[in-house]
Amino acid sequence: MQFPLTVTFFSLITIFLSISCTPDRTNVERGLDSQELYIGIGSEPEGLDPHLVSGVTEHYVLLSLFEGLTTVHPKTLEILPGVAASWDITDDGLSYTFYLDPKAKWSNGDSLLASDFVFSYERILSPKLGAPYAYMLYSIRGAEAFHKGITRDFSTVGVRAIDDRTLQIELESVTPYFLSLPTHFTWWPVHPKTILQHGTMTDRISKWTKAKHFVGNGPFQLESWKLNNAITVKRNPHYKEADSVHLNGIHFMPINSETEERAFRAGQIHITSSIPTARIDWYRSNRPQNIRFDPYLGIYYYLINTSNGPLKDPKVRQALAYSINREQLTEYVLKGGQKPAYHFTPPNTGGYTAEVGFSYDPEKARTLLAEAGFPNGEDFPTFELLYNTSESHKTIAEAIQQMWKKELGIDISLYNQEWKVYLDSRQKGDFDIARAAWIGDYLDPYTFLSLGISDSGNNHSHWKSDHFDALMKATTQTLDPTLRFQLFQQAESELIEAMPFIPLFFYVRSLLIDESVQGWYSNILDYHPYQYLRLEAPQQP
Amino acid sequence: MAQLILRRLFQTIPTLWLIATATFILLQLIPGGPFDQEKPVTPEVKRLIEAHYGMDKPIHEQYLQFLSNRLQGDFGPSYKYAGWDVDEIIAQSFPISLELGFYALIVALFVGVPLGILAAIYHGKRMETLFMGLALIGICLPAFVLGPLLLLVFSTELGWFNTFGWNTPSDRVLPALTLGLFYAAFVARLTRSGTLDVLKNQYIQTARAKGLKEHRIIFVHTLKVALSPVVSYLGPAVAGMISGSFVVETLFFIPGLGSFFVNSAFNRDDTMVMGTVLFYAALILLFNLIVDLLQAWMNPRTQRD
Repeated sequence: MQFPLTVTFFSLITIFLSISCTPDRTNVERGLDSQELYIGIGSEPEGLDPHLVSGVTEHYVLLSLFEGLTTVHPKTLEILPGVAASWDITDDGLSYTFYLDPKAKWSNGDSLLASDFVFSYERILSPKLGAPYAYMLYSIRGAEAFHKGITRDFSTVGVRAIDDRTLQIELESVTPYFLSLPTHFTWWPVHPKTILQHGTMTDRISKWTKAKHFVGNGPFQLESWKLNNAITVKRNPHYKEADSVHLNGIHFMPINSETEERAFRAGQIHITSSIPTARIDWYRSNRPQNIRFDPYLGIYYYLINTSNGPLKDPKVRQALAYSINREQLTEYVLKGGQKPAYHFTPPNTGGYTAEVGFSYDPEKARTLLAEAGFPNGEDFPTFELLYNTSESHKTIAEAIQQMWKKELGIDISLYNQEWKVYLDSRQKGDFDIARAAWIGDYLDPYTFLSLGISDSGNNHSHWKSDHFDALMKATTQTLDPTLRFQLFQQAESELIEAMPFIPLFFYVRSLLIDESVQGWYSNILDYHPYQYLRLEAPQQP
Repeated sequence: MAQLILRRLFQTIPTLWLIATATFILLQLIPGGPFDQEKPVTPEVKRLIEAHYGMDKPIHEQYLQFLSNRLQGDFGPSYKYAGWDVDEIIAQSFPISLELGFYALIVALFVGVPLGILAAIYHGKRMETLFMGLALIGICLPAFVLGPLLLLVFSTELGWFNTFGWNTPSDRVLPALTLGLFYAAFVARLTRSGTLDVLKNQYIQTARAKGLKEHRIIFVHTLKVALSPVVSYLGPAVAGMISGSFVVETLFFIPGLGSFFVNSAFNRDDTMVMGTVLFYAALILLFNLIVDLLQAWMNPRTQRD
């Protein structure tokens, strides 16, 4: 009698296993014919409304769906015409006139008009919309006053449609990097008719970004959006240079780092958004052709609450900064090709590289700490290092905890909080030292150094300096690039002297990429327009 | 029976209200808000964003509004995913969790019950140790160990299955095994002890004495009663398989509801937290009711209790 039971049991398992149909061809193999790209984006985008999102993940997707007045060449970082075919700049640098490309259309076939831009800019600047990134448009004359509700009259804002194809933008002050701003998604147009079909101009809760309603103006159009599954876009036949687009479609997969890496190895995706640290060594030795480390416009730093106890003393802050061995950190802890940071602005940000502000000098650090009244770390109160819950932040924090113990003889305790709680503590100043990071919004040192401005909403260090503020203000009042860079150097050295932020390392975008992907250029902006990409069988050497 | 159903349905109302209120209070107590960001917005902008979601109103008004919306079945818009409603997300992702839970249940039963019966039949022999050893391994191997193991062997090395996703029929196999085997182990243990208990009864001995075939004894006279503990275990187990599949869903990148359930708390997506908590609470209450009814049918003695 036991026999049939055993048979049932094992035959069921066999049936179960035999349902397994071996995948016939991988996505990567099929891509060569179908020209469909599978790309990992790390997490689910919070939305597809360019005026309401703020993250890198969203940028990856939106770049396929929209195009701004200007674009950037991914290889040379040269500013190129986007939907604006050309532009004029007045001699004082305060007024830009953009001439829209007559071929520029929306994905539903409507012509793209200058008035669409006026509508879009009024929308993002309307306080009622609550756009998180509206400040990106503050260089437009009157934009800040309108956004802060000082005036409700949008005609006071320096944006005008002169005719259907001519858009004039007047600036608040000289902005040498202005032409790089429209490459950011906050500056991209939205389709007024679609927005108004699904609510008012300033409704946040709207269905217009659903696949069946979505209208964009980029090289691709939205085909489907399934949460935690995939966002699929297909070629937009109305795109102004539709013929120059090689890919037929892109599948954006919001999968986490470990799954991405497995999927990449199995040929299910072409490009990952990152590489798990534990796998870096394996790829380095086994598949070096697939691994990329691109310098990235971002810095990882420790934020000091300068209103707290001994951390009020710049000497203590310097001692903390000087006693961290960044080379050791990047080489043995991070392993991802990150660059040790001895200044705040990443190297070659819009042609600006800060002079090195300090070096790893534990001897000097001990002296400084002794001068501050804590020889060998004696009587130094225990303080806390806050980071948002993550394995990598923890590893870094532990390494630094050890370095401070060893070099300075001071004890710190680590504590972690979930992301939103951590943000809350940081904004309330409820921390001693907190892990922090900043990714540049545009290619200019201002996006980094403005963090130190006293009333900056992003300066949680409580450090204030009138002199620093004045230097930063001066950079917005000159067109002379040499003078601007000099001012930035001065501001940067003041920031490093005061050390409200301890720079640790400059980010690197590490990713895995299949050999069949052509036209993906490394650049500091992590800007990879999809119209440049194509899938081709790699040449055999 | 009808009385039992009615009584239980009445009990669900205060239960759901309590759960809703407790969740509402807890959400108010957690620091950090849904619209906190690394690059923070000005307080004014934050206030305006919150106004879109009625978060600017006094707390008691928010609570009343919240209760009345839920009563009308409106779970509101997700704070995290702009343009998506909570009920829309549940409608899109729950069927997937349900499907996964169903396959896992099949695995749990079709692996667990035979294993348990075999162990009971071989009671006191070496085979019993083997079968129960297998079950013990199943219990000891959590999904986050078993899942990557299965992936490593069957996807990455052998290439039989995709490494992620929920698109082809074969994508169902590994997640269902990962989720189901854990429960199969419990089912096997419960089936074994249940069967052993029943086999000790005098009526079984009578049946044996009358010369009944062993398989008749097991399948006709034993199983229905022996599986009673399994059935009562299945109530919470099925609910667990459907709602607690977060790890499996994350591992295999399955767009089910489990990952929204857990991540909504981290994201401070309050409407989503509420929606999923209430949804799951209702689901668990429903499963418990079904189990009670099933048990009443299988073992009339419980009905009298």
